[in-house]
This record gives sequence, structure tokens and C-alpha cells, in this order.
Amino acid sequence: MMGLLLRRRIAGMSWSVVRGVLILGLCFLIVNPVFVKISTTFMTEKDIFDPTVQWVPRNLSLSRVVKHYLDVAGRMNYIRASFNSLVFSLVISTCQLVACTVVGYGLGRFEFRGRGLIFAAVVFTLVVPPQMITIPLFLNFRYFDFFGLLEGGGFNLIGTYWPFILTALTGTGARNGLFIFIARQHFRGMPRALEESAYIDGAGQFRTFLSIMLPGAGPILLVIFLFSFVWQWNDIFYTGTFMRGGLNLLPFSLRSLISTYHWSISDEFKTIVNNTGMVLFIMPLLVLYVFLQRYFVESIERTGIVG
Amino acid sequence: MKRKLFKLSLKQKQNYTGYIWVAPFIIGFIFFFLAPMLQSFRFSVSELNFTTDGYELKYVGLENFKYALTVDPNFNQHFTETILGILINIPAVILFSFFIASVLNQEFKGRTLARAIFFLPVILTAGVLHELEVEDLMYLITRDRGNILLSAAMVRDFFLDMRLPRAIIDYVIIAASNIPQIIEYSAIPILIFLAGLQSVPAHLYECAKIEGATGWEMFWKITFPLVSPLFLTNVIFITVYSFTAPGNSLVGYISSLTWGRGIFGVSVAMSLMYFLAISLILLVVGFILERNVFYME
Repeated sequence: MMGLLLRRRIAGMSWSVVRGVLILGLCFLIVNPVFVKISTTFMTEKDIFDPTVQWVPRNLSLSRVVKHYLDVAGRMNYIRASFNSLVFSLVISTCQLVACTVVGYGLGRFEFRGRGLIFAAVVFTLVVPPQMITIPLFLNFRYFDFFGLLEGGGFNLIGTYWPFILTALTGTGARNGLFIFIARQHFRGMPRALEESAYIDGAGQFRTFLSIMLPGAGPILLVIFLFSFVWQWNDIFYTGTFMRGGLNLLPFSLRSLISTYHWSISDEFKTIVNNTGMVLFIMPLLVLYVFLQRYFVESIERTGIVG
Repeated sequence: MKRKLFKLSLKQKQNYTGYIWVAPFIIGFIFFFLAPMLQSFRFSVSELNFTTDGYELKYVGLENFKYALTVDPNFNQHFTETILGILINIPAVILFSFFIASVLNQEFKGRTLARAIFFLPVILTAGVLHELEVEDLMYLITRDRGNILLSAAMVRDFFLDMRLPRAIIDYVIIAASNIPQIIEYSAIPILIFLAGLQSVPAHLYECAKIEGATGWEMFWKITFPLVSPLFLTNVIFITVYSFTAPGNSLVGYISSLTWGRGIFGVSVAMSLMYFLAISLILLVVGFILERNVFYME
């Protein structure tokens, strides 16, 4: 006969073991591709198909790896392209943040006729696949005439910041519906009394928003900003369409990296080069994530997405 | 009219200014969303030609749809593959992310790190990376190694011994060979479930414990019903996310038609059919779930 306590203890311990193995295994599945990518960049062509080589290449020489990285970075125009991407992502995600917070505030705090309809429209923008509207949008921006107000051919906005700024400022950029939704859920949950006391003290609506509502929304703003920044940095669907022939962003230079080499290079060498490019591409985000993951993970729990 | 406006209370006046706050979105919705959508309906029944100072449309009826369905060699295959892929992924991602969220919600050492790692795929999912991985030897080799471990025949025999229905076994095998993708899609659903699990009021559990409920009972009687609305949220999220997820073969194919061969009308017609199929899935799944979901209010 085993005591009840002992049995409980054994059950608890075995669950801990199972849980530990499971979590470790899954974490390995997630992290492994990143490690493989990094280790591939250290390899020579021979190492790729060598089955005895796992993670650590046979003849590792630091100077060769450094030279290889510098070569790839040079071909990608890395400094220039990542600077372009950084500025671009910062500007666009700031615009998205401002617009989505303002619209979310309007939807969350005010009761006006048609509010439900507008909220439904926000959700609708999320559900319609962007492929459906990118071609008409592309043509609108290619021959931008303020929707028929301007005579003649109109301006060509493709390859500039404008398509992104215009859609970001109006809350219709990539997955902006989600950001509006998050902001709305948050502001809806704030106590009314906060606002009322501000009004009584004579603050206008805008003032109340800036100095009462925004400071409390810090974590939400950060989540929206981070999502928007990461998605903007990684995006090649929208940028590939509206930034055609414009700014050289990092995804573009990664995509065309292999074409800077002679056509006769071996598949093994191609793999090494592409992996180096990919590591260089995700490196800034990984560094950002290491510093900010605490906010990323913790604050989404407070976004009220669940509300 | 003027008198009526004059009589508005302060609160009503303030509420009317709500329109000013949402005005940016209304403008954007009309010009950058609704208008292009209506245009795309028009494009799908037209042939698009570029002229020197713009473009012109020629009405061709259902020609584009006919071309996509009967002439184009790849569309049908990509279409069924993508739709089936989404249908297979939805239950797998939902179950997986709910399970992982429940595990990550428990107290254990290294929980913060584990959460950070499970959320990592959000950062690593980029269209370019998928494009390059298609011809990446190292990626293909490691993927094959993973598949050998889960050798389908072995798994099938194992489950057949357990006398499980054939359909379930086949589903498990397909889902198992999809594990990397399922993990990738699960990142945000896990967070949504986690947030939901943490917002379940603690006093309910205390009360249940005093009444002598077991962990199993508490899970099915308290946790599950309270989190159930999030199943709907997550199904919608996953479906929407899989439309645009990098690596989606249909999306890649449509883009290649647009920019590679310049047949805009056909690619718009394809997107339209894709959109209709997805909406149908969302409606059906949403309807079924909505009837079975529990709301606390």
C-alpha cells in the first residue's frame, strides 16, 4: 500500500519529467533551424554533404569565416540596406502606431451611431486576403490622381514611401486591423472616472487623450509598435509590390544576393551564401528580441486581447 | 435641426466627436480598401492593358475564371493543396497551442525562457527566408532527417495496434509531418490562450478546491468553458494568418502570375475564388463554434 501523499508526489514528479522533456524537445525544434543556419555559414562546401558533420564543421578557421561574412555583407550592401530598412520600418510603424491608437481610442471610448459598423469594417479588413486588393491598389498608386480629382495621368507613387505612409496613417496597412482591435480592447477597459475628472479640470479631449489615457497605455503601445516593426522589417509582399524600383531594402538585397555571384557556382556554395545572408538578415531582429522579449511576452498578456 | 443640436448634452456632444477620432480609418477604408475591392471585382471580368498614360479595361465576361480553372495547369492543384493545408492545420494548431499554453501556464523553472522561445517564430517568419529555403540544401537535409525520425510507417503500425480508427491515424500522420509549420503558426494562438488562462478568476479554483473538485474536473468545468471563446478567436486568426503566411504556395503562384507573366485579370480572378473559399470555411467553422462557445456575461 502506498500512502496517498507518496502517490501524489510520484504523480507530480513524473508529470514534471514529461513536461520537461516535452518543452525541451519542442524548444529544440524551434531553435534548431536557427543553429543550423548559423553553423552552415561556418562550413566549407565539403562539409555540407558530410554526414559526420553536425553543427561543428570539420575544418573551422576563423579568418575564413570572417572573410566570408565580410564578402557577403559587401555584396548585400548590408550597412546601406539595413539602414534603409531600419529607417523605413521605424517611420512606417510609428505612423501605424499613431493611427491605430487614435482610431482604437475613438472606437473604445465614444458611443456614436455606426460604431458597431465601423468596428465590423476593422475586422473585415483583417479577413480579406491582401492579394485581392494589391493589384488595384498598385494601379491606384501607380497613377495616383487623388481618386479622379486630378486630370491627366496622375503621379507615380510606386517606389516611394507614400503608399506605405498613406495606408499606415489611415489604419489600413498590413494587419493594422489587429492593432486597432488591441488598442480598442485596452481603451474600452479603462475606468470612465479618469476621463471625467480630466474634463472637470478643464482639459480638452485631445489633452485628456495625451496626458491621461496614453501614459497608462504604455505596454499596449509597445506591443503594437513591436509587432508592426517586426512585420514591416520582414515584409516582402507589400514592399515587393509598392516599393518596386525604389529604396533598396534588406529583404530585396537578400533576395538578389545569389545573383551577384557567377552563375556557375555550386549548389553547396549557394547554400552557404544564402544562409550567411539569412543570418545577417535576422540578426538585428534577434538582438532586438533578446533585449525586448520580456516586454513582448509579458505585455501581450495585458493587452486585453482576451477582454 | 439647429434646436435639436443645441439640446445635445455634454456627453452626447463628446460622443459625436468620436467620428473625428475614427475619421482616418473611415477615409482609409473607403479609399484604400473598399474602392480597390470593388475594382478587383471589375478586374476579374476584364482584360487589363497598359497604355502610355494609364491602363484600360476590356470586358471579357467570365473568361478569366474559365482560364484559371480549365487552361492554367497549376491553379487547381495549388488551390486544393492550400485549402486542404489550411483545413488540416486548423484543428492541429488549435489543439497544440491550447495544450502548450496550459503547460506554459504552470509554474516551473525556466518558464520565461520557454515562453520566449515559443514566441520566436513570430520574428523568424519572413517571406524572403521561405523563398530562399526552398533551394537550401542544408534546410532540406535537416528536414529529411526529422522526417526519418517520424517515419510514417512506424507511426502507422503503432497506432494501428491501438485499434484507432483509420481516419484519425492518417490525420495524425499528416499533422506530424507538419510539425514545424504547426509550431510556427501556433506562436500567437499560444499567447492568446495564455492570456486567457491567466484571466480566469483565481477564486473560482479556490472555491472548487474547497468543494473537493479534482484537477481534471476543474479543467473541464472551469478552465475550458471560460477560455472557449478564444477558440473562435484563434480559428479566425489561424485561417486569416494562413492566407498570407509566407510559403503559402497559392499566394506565391498568384504573385508570380501577376508580376511574372503580367496576366492581372486572371490573378485577380484567382484571388477572388480563394477569398470566397476562405470566407466559406470561416463562416462554417465560425457558425459551428459560435453555437458551442460559452460566454460568461
